[in-house]
Amino acid sequence: MTETLWYAGRGTGVVSLVLLTIVVALGIGARSGRTAFGLPRFAVNMLHRNAALLALVLLAGHVGSLYFDPYAQLRLVDVVLPFTGAYRPFWLGLGTLGFDLILALVASSLLRHRLGARSWRIVHWLAYLCWPVALMHGLQTGSDGDSWWLRTVLALCAALVLAAVAWRLSSPFTQFPARVTRRVRALQETR
Amino acid sequence: MSHLHIDWTACDGRGLCAELLPELLAEDDWGYPVARHGKTQPTVPRHLEDVARRAVDRCPALALRLVNDPS
Ligand code: HEM
Ligand code: SF4
Repeated sequence: MTETLWYAGRGTGVVSLVLLTIVVALGIGARSGRTAFGLPRFAVNMLHRNAALLALVLLAGHVGSLYFDPYAQLRLVDVVLPFTGAYRPFWLGLGTLGFDLILALVASSLLRHRLGARSWRIVHWLAYLCWPVALMHGLQTGSDGDSWWLRTVLALCAALVLAAVAWRLSSPFTQFPARVTRRVRALQETR
Repeated sequence: MSHLHIDWTACDGRGLCAELLPELLAEDDWGYPVARHGKTQPTVPRHLEDVARRAVDRCPALALRLVNDPS
């Protein structure tokens, strides 16, 4: 039973980091205003949002299973307040901080219409802090930090996000997107 | 009935709305939505209200509003 919690905690942790990587890449892709994978813009946008919600669910599983894992010995404060834990407090704290940031990102996004575009955007920039925080937490806190497979997965994630951010910062990013023929919902259905 | 209000100072010309509501909106050459039937605030027929609400929800600039017309 206790082993199961540990495996579940590690598994959900790795998968949520991979998902978060995809979420960041899709967010940047949506921001670019381009279509991708043959999908229209609104679909890229929905994919970004739904992947974020899924990542949050997995993350709840990650925190939940490790909270009940007798070896990890987490207290309730460790789940909410960063840098107070007993075991590798700094790296564990990064995980807590990342979790708080994701809660803020998701909650503010779901309330986007009430917050207004400006405040929402400011909160959403925290995504660029959240991702590296989560990555370092994944690399340094757990039992798999030295294993080749975790390092490979994390290196691939880092490569994807670095490439996306480099593209985000490049000047063609903000230029008006090349006109592309758009896939349009109704006209497709009726044809 | 209701109509779609487009806040032109906020709209960023990203074209999500024209993708979702091709029956009502086309894009001009810069990606900004133009109503197909010449009105600046296109009337949304009932069968398109759900999609219109989705466009309002998804607009990255929060520039769209669905306004109910008293009948
Ligand atoms: C329910 C959750 C979320 C919703 C509804 C949401 C929605 C959005 C929207 C509407 C955009 C702007 C796209 C555009 O301008 O066309 C965006 C951009 C972005 N999102 Fe999210 N998001 C969510 C969660 C997250 C999370 C959890 C992360 C990462 C940790 C994230 C990372 C990003 C990034 C990196 C961008 C690009 C920002 C930029 O460079 O301007 N999002 N998101
Ligand atoms: S989705 Fe919003 S920002 Fe994009 S063109 Fe339509 S109104 Fe403008």
